[in-house]
Amino acid sequence: MSALITNGVAIDDTFAEAFDMRGTALVITADSAKWALQAATTMTGFATSVIACGCEAGIDRELGSLETPDGRPGVRVLLFAVSTTELQKQLQNRVGQCVLTSPGSACYAGLDVGEDRLKLGAAIRYFADGWQIAKKIGERRFWRLPVMDGEFVCESSVAMTKRAVGGGNLLIMGATPQTTLAATEAAVEAMRAVPDAIMPFPGGIVRSGSKVGSKYKGAVASTNHFYCPTLRGAVASEIGPEIGSVLEIVIDGLTSEAVAAAMRAGLKAIIDLGPARGALRVGAGNYGGKLGKHHYRLRELTP
Amino acid sequence: MSALTFTLRCPPPQRVDLCALTPAQLAGKSLAEIAALPIQTNRAPLCVGDLFALKDGERGTIVFEGGAERLDRLGAGLDTGAIRVIGAVGVEAGRGMSGGALTIEGDAGPYAGSGLRGGVLRIEGDAGERLGGPRAGETEGMNGGLIHVAGHAGDRAGDRLRRGFILIEGAAGDCAGSRMIAGTLAIGGKAGALPGYLMNRGTILLAGGCDEMAPTFGDCGVHGLTAARLLASYVETHSPNLAAAFRQPLRRYAGDLAALGKGEIFSTTT
Repeated sequence: MSALITNGVAIDDTFAEAFDMRGTALVITADSAKWALQAATTMTGFATSVIACGCEAGIDRELGSLETPDGRPGVRVLLFAVSTTELQKQLQNRVGQCVLTSPGSACYAGLDVGEDRLKLGAAIRYFADGWQIAKKIGERRFWRLPVMDGEFVCESSVAMTKRAVGGGNLLIMGATPQTTLAATEAAVEAMRAVPDAIMPFPGGIVRSGSKVGSKYKGAVASTNHFYCPTLRGAVASEIGPEIGSVLEIVIDGLTSEAVAAAMRAGLKAIIDLGPARGALRVGAGNYGGKLGKHHYRLRELTP
Repeated sequence: MSALTFTLRCPPPQRVDLCALTPAQLAGKSLAEIAALPIQTNRAPLCVGDLFALKDGERGTIVFEGGAERLDRLGAGLDTGAIRVIGAVGVEAGRGMSGGALTIEGDAGPYAGSGLRGGVLRIEGDAGERLGGPRAGETEGMNGGLIHVAGHAGDRAGDRLRRGFILIEGAAGDCAGSRMIAGTLAIGGKAGALPGYLMNRGTILLAGGCDEMAPTFGDCGVHGLTAARLLASYVETHSPNLAAAFRQPLRRYAGDLAALGKGEIFSTTT
């Protein structure tokens, strides 16, 4: 595979292959930024991969009090799933168990326009056992649920887009685990500034990249042995002797443009850091272009 | 292009029905056709041209120069465009509005905004009784939109209110928000006796207290509610004073427990 060398970092002539997803966004507020972040963090926990978590979710960005409906500090979170039914289920369960339960929280639609709408407060209101109150303010409808610290306010519904994309990715390869992690952290930091995109894995990083299938029945995915440095001499490895560690960043976005923008920002950060303190090489995961309709060519995204 | 202007020649000799003078109904009509429109409400014929001097202008914006308490149903059925009245109006101003903006730079008679479904009705003077309320026999009052009264309002403001906002900067008469179905009624001054009488749902804000609270409302204590912050944000552009009141700690009274009891009165006098 030929590589483009930019600032000493090799960029593989390959592409990331991504898939259509259903996506939505919420704005979670609380009396303080600390508790808004706590609710958002809890809600987006165990949401790294649709393979086993049902959805992929993460924090898009923190919001100032002037940016939220109720004038309190907030956090915008994004959720993605493979079907409308699954996204509705995950949304309802996660808001019900993680946001409703968090002190002082409120939950609003973070996406106004989409092909469909998902129930939000309209699904959770029954917790109030008949004491729930609907309030229409302008064109927006809210539910007020009495809870033990006051009231939980939750917008009745939220828009859902069918144009979301999941599975954009970068494979960051370095000489040591330390330099590889430094480059990947720099990329994630830069990608977090891109709106409408999240990196759902821990700290935005995956160390256990997977391939489709397994030698074991029932396992839909297994370790990506082509990129495991400890198997380099035993398999048809994709990495050379100079590579001692590989990390992956997976990107989900409300639009394909958001995924591309995040990948572009990440690539720039990796290249700017250079090979001495960061990555030697950047690649991407794909399935030969046969499974996902979104292809992000690294060469086209390289600054 | 300037607004289509109706200048009142003299006080009306009878009550007149001006519901035909809205932008949608005047679109495409010549000035002569407009002047010939009948507006009488008794057997003495009366046309627009008899009562008003007309000045041609854009049909989407209408100005009435001069008012009188016999100018009834002005802006009724308004669905688009803007009407401005420099003066007072009679009964049922803006009744059944579904869009657009009606501004009355004077007092309005009873039933202003009756059955409003959308749009904005602004009354810069006082409003008569049953602001936004239903006519006798109707089951619902206002069902959307916003009414803002800079002055005071008479008895039963917001009667059978179902949806939308009524904002009264001044005082209100007795039984404000009576039989409310839902929606929001905010009163900046003092309300009369028995606000929220037999209300089922909805929110009433009393920023200046009331003469007598019904015994069928339960005191739920003082709270700083997120829902009140949302209401404050929405009314801010229309009434900074009422928005400020919504942001204060509010005593919540649940009621009317003689009816469904899912309504509430917020009071700033804690």
